[in-house]
Amino acid sequence: MHLPQERGPISRHVIQALAHEGDGSLAPALGPGEVTGDDDVQLALWIIYELHYRGFDGVPDDREWDPELLALRRSIEHRFERELRSATREQVESTSDEGDVGAGLLQLVAADDGPSLAAFLHRRASRDQVLDYLRERSVQQLKESDPQSFVLPRLDGGAKAALAELQYDEYGGGRPERLHATMYGDALEAAGLDRTYGAYIDDVSALSLACTNVMTMFGLNRRLRGAAMGHLAAFEASSSVPSRKIAGGIARVGLPDAVAAYFNEHVEADAVHEHVASSDICGALVSAEPDLRVDVFFGAAASLHLESLSGAELLHRWSTELEVAS
Amino acid sequence: MTGDVVVRAVPDGPLLIRGADTIRDENGDEHEVTRPVVAVCACGKSARKPWCDSTHKAIPDR
Repeated sequence: MHLPQERGPISRHVIQALAHEGDGSLAPALGPGEVTGDDDVQLALWIIYELHYRGFDGVPDDREWDPELLALRRSIEHRFERELRSATREQVESTSDEGDVGAGLLQLVAADDGPSLAAFLHRRASRDQVLDYLRERSVQQLKESDPQSFVLPRLDGGAKAALAELQYDEYGGGRPERLHATMYGDALEAAGLDRTYGAYIDDVSALSLACTNVMTMFGLNRRLRGAAMGHLAAFEASSSVPSRKIAGGIARVGLPDAVAAYFNEHVEADAVHEHVASSDICGALVSAEPDLRVDVFFGAAASLHLESLSGAELLHRWSTELEVAS
Repeated sequence: MTGDVVVRAVPDGPLLIRGADTIRDENGDEHEVTRPVVAVCACGKSARKPWCDSTHKAIPDR
């Protein structure tokens, strides 16, 4: 994968540091605004994280542990986490008190009143808007489940066994062609899009980057393992029904069945995974480590919060297009 | 697969089944299990029976 195009001073600094071995100069300070929807900061974070996944052409693999980039990563993560905790505080305080963890997580998801991107894709989106959605989600789905794999060695007992079970299904159950990330690539290809990892990195929005960056932030920080698993539970529990709607929308706009196949797989898989993630993983994790209870709910609320922001952004983009067209 | 089959009923949800090779539906048809855990429809409304497709979430106050 090539290094992306810069989007401002922070991402420029990261790209230049990786492209030219770095001259030891310090990254520019973060601006005063929120980092959650900031193109420049989210891209910089995504690039630094990507060193832990697939890396970049021409960038030595050991830059993964560049102390200066790790320091920048920490300062961005600190802000990103603080913003997410602030945005979800009320929701977390009202849901995480007591009671069954699995049931509480599913209630949190059921009570979510974020905009329904899936309903729009199902009934109204144009073919181009469906393709836009597939591109925006490609940065996250082409490494689907990889952020959560970082958490496996940090769990034990029932939570670990259940996460391994879930990941085995996500990774195709021993069949490479059923790897969910590969199925997403097949869907992109069948839709006439580029399946190459990172192909659309210069096109996707800051919030699409934030949606994938949050998973990596939770996955790479052992301290946030509870949030990682809560995020997974909310993500899985808000997937089965929306996937059915999106598959319907894909058929409606006349894209091939091979595009819908990925979403049809998730109708079934996530009807299972939501229970495995909420009860078998998160329930077992909180039983083993009760102090992680609040973070499990924080992770779930953060997932819903970012998906809601991202959904609203795409719906706004598309409604503006409708007005222009009409 | 050998060993025990474990079934867990999710309240207002599907049956989670671990350790099964096949699921035989009400018509006697066998469906191969291809996942480590499967969710079998318990509300009767799934469009992908015998598998759960989360349709039960749309059914109020069962």
